[in-house]
Amino acid sequence: MAASLLSHGVRRCSAHTCAAAAAAVRRGLSSAAPPSVSSRVLLKLSHYFYDVESIVGWNDWARTKLVRRKNKFFGYAQQKFGDNIGAAYYILTLRGSFRFAGQSEWFRPDSRGRFSFEFINTPDAQIEEVDLSGTLINHNGLDNLMKQNKLQTLSLRGCPEVDDWFLARLHVFGESLVELDVSHCCCVTVGGLAALQNLRKLQRLDISGLPRLQSPGLVRILLEEMLPDCQVTGAEYEQGLIQPDSQDDNEASTSSGVKHL
Amino acid sequence: MWRKLFASVPAFRAPKAPCRSFKSSSRRAEKDFFKDLEAQFRAFREKAAAAMPGSDWSPFELTPGLPPERADVVIIGGGVMGWSIAYWLKRKERVRDGLRVLVVEKDPTYSQASTVLSCGGIRQQFSLKENILLSMTSADFLKNINNHLWVVNEDPVDLQFNHSGYLFLASEKSAHIMEENYRTQRSAGAKVALLSPSQLKERFPWINTEGVALASLGLENEGWFDPWSLLNALRRKAVSMGVYQCFGEVTGFRSSSNVAEITDGDFVNVKRIKYVNVQMPNSLEYQPVETAVVVNAAGANSGKIAAMLGIGLGPKESMSGIPFPVEPRKRFVYVVHCPDGPGLDTPFLIDYSGVYLRREGLGGNYLTGMSPEEAEEPDISNLDVDHEFFQEKVWPRLAHRIPAFEQLKVSSSWAGFYDYNTFDQNGIIGLHPLVPNMYFATGFSGHGLQQSPAVGLAVAELILDGGYKTIDLRAFDLKRIFLQEPMLESNIV
Repeated sequence: MAASLLSHGVRRCSAHTCAAAAAAVRRGLSSAAPPSVSSRVLLKLSHYFYDVESIVGWNDWARTKLVRRKNKFFGYAQQKFGDNIGAAYYILTLRGSFRFAGQSEWFRPDSRGRFSFEFINTPDAQIEEVDLSGTLINHNGLDNLMKQNKLQTLSLRGCPEVDDWFLARLHVFGESLVELDVSHCCCVTVGGLAALQNLRKLQRLDISGLPRLQSPGLVRILLEEMLPDCQVTGAEYEQGLIQPDSQDDNEASTSSGVKHL
Repeated sequence: MWRKLFASVPAFRAPKAPCRSFKSSSRRAEKDFFKDLEAQFRAFREKAAAAMPGSDWSPFELTPGLPPERADVVIIGGGVMGWSIAYWLKRKERVRDGLRVLVVEKDPTYSQASTVLSCGGIRQQFSLKENILLSMTSADFLKNINNHLWVVNEDPVDLQFNHSGYLFLASEKSAHIMEENYRTQRSAGAKVALLSPSQLKERFPWINTEGVALASLGLENEGWFDPWSLLNALRRKAVSMGVYQCFGEVTGFRSSSNVAEITDGDFVNVKRIKYVNVQMPNSLEYQPVETAVVVNAAGANSGKIAAMLGIGLGPKESMSGIPFPVEPRKRFVYVVHCPDGPGLDTPFLIDYSGVYLRREGLGGNYLTGMSPEEAEEPDISNLDVDHEFFQEKVWPRLAHRIPAFEQLKVSSSWAGFYDYNTFDQNGIIGLHPLVPNMYFATGFSGHGLQQSPAVGLAVAELILDGGYKTIDLRAFDLKRIFLQEPMLESNIV
């Protein structure tokens, strides 16, 4: 309780902080990164004009609408063509790619998001591998994939909307999921990684680049203990440790790959 | 000023003062004169500015922090329940400033409030369908909390939610109850799985499964979070929407009485609250707030507030003789450190003996406790912790269930009050028949925090729409107390 109070006090913006910085924090929660030039310009302008906050608020509203639209349930496709085709169509619209069970080629959209509809010819094949890296999928969008109980690989690299609630919903793939990649998902914390205990068949887990993990090395040890068959990559055991000798404090703080607790 | 002027002129100077030439002293005298004049003008300007409107000076001494003289809804109690109701009332008002809501809280430090002293767990594993739906709606609210409670220019809300789920253990005697509850939970939409003792041992090897016949594990929307973050988020958003906050204690009401005849020929006094007397902290001064609707969300002190209206103080055979059945019950929470304890997959474990355990952080610390027997309820006059209780009752059962806890160290402990409903340990939501403008939202007996967003919505619907729209909570109405029909829950911790 006191720790969260303190963090609130430290992170609390002053009276004239721009909503742009707040919106960026809301989406990315990477408070360690310095604000970009556009953020600084907007901050300066917001000291003079109230309208800047409203305009930035519209941007945030538009983004929320976009995420909601991307994560709708494709009920018509599922009803008309079946669960597998519905799920496949959903993944391709999100600009992800997938591979059916029993086939070896992947169905991918091109760089402009266009894809062919050949996947409709295999209605009975369940999806085995899904690559949703960089897409806007969130916990609502997972409804489209609920019936894919043979899913083996799921890659969520760099998805900004994947958070702990999404990870908690992955328990439906507990019997089949073998590889999971949640690297560079800025909203994932230890609380969500604790929900991965339901994925008993998991063998490969990638947790690199998670900014909200304060001691990645410790989290890696705990995950390896929780899932004995799983190989956890992306965090070195030394990450998050306090340096043993404090004489090189300055050097320690600038050396890469070692973060202080 | 004049004295200085005369003193500097050599003709009137005191003989002991050193001699100076006439010209320079008069210039210094003039300078002093003008400086003084300037100082006097400045003082006058400051006084004039203070007297003008826009400054905080006033000739009368006004007490700071008084509540407004009139409010549409007064919510007694500034815990998570009170602020949730205030937030939803403001969310549902269709016109801006259509409703003036005042939240009155006795203690600004929240030192004895049940909200902040709770373990913060949320689960869907109840036996009553209404409880399950309330928890699920609250979990949905927490899932999208930044869509609801984000305020411009402030940090996003971070609840530090741990999605580890709840694990209930049942003995031979209660296994059938657990199976029935499982069916109710599944049909209401909660994601729960049943585990046999062998599956339990394989999944959680650190549990001693002796005596366990069945276990039920929550898979989704279950875990624990930081109650202070939720309280502050609700409060911040509600205040930004225009809810008035007052720190003071409700010491009485002014109400108008009418006599009503009930069906069996008895006459009862029906009171309609007109004014709520809010007393300022450390002072005898109080402000009577004229109000239309009062909401009693005072938690452990709800019984005291109800007694101020005469509920329970009438003749024993009549309706007004039945007291409001919520009273404070003290519960202890112990923070223990166990070096070989279970790791990241520790769920919120609740044993059939009543002992509970949850992980706290990543450093091998755990929160544990137990509900005492009815006959051994601790004294409620203070919040002192009884360590004998841990030694005698909690530790043996904990060590029996999890052998790794035979070696542990108690690092800290605290005590908090449950707003315990002595009638059936479930929430009481609705109007009192004898006080037609007081809504009750209390008596949750330890699961108020996890149901607070949904209960806030329900009470706001009751007040503004006249009936429940989202979840039907008519089963929690007060009339079950008068009709003596308890809604018992078989999963209370």
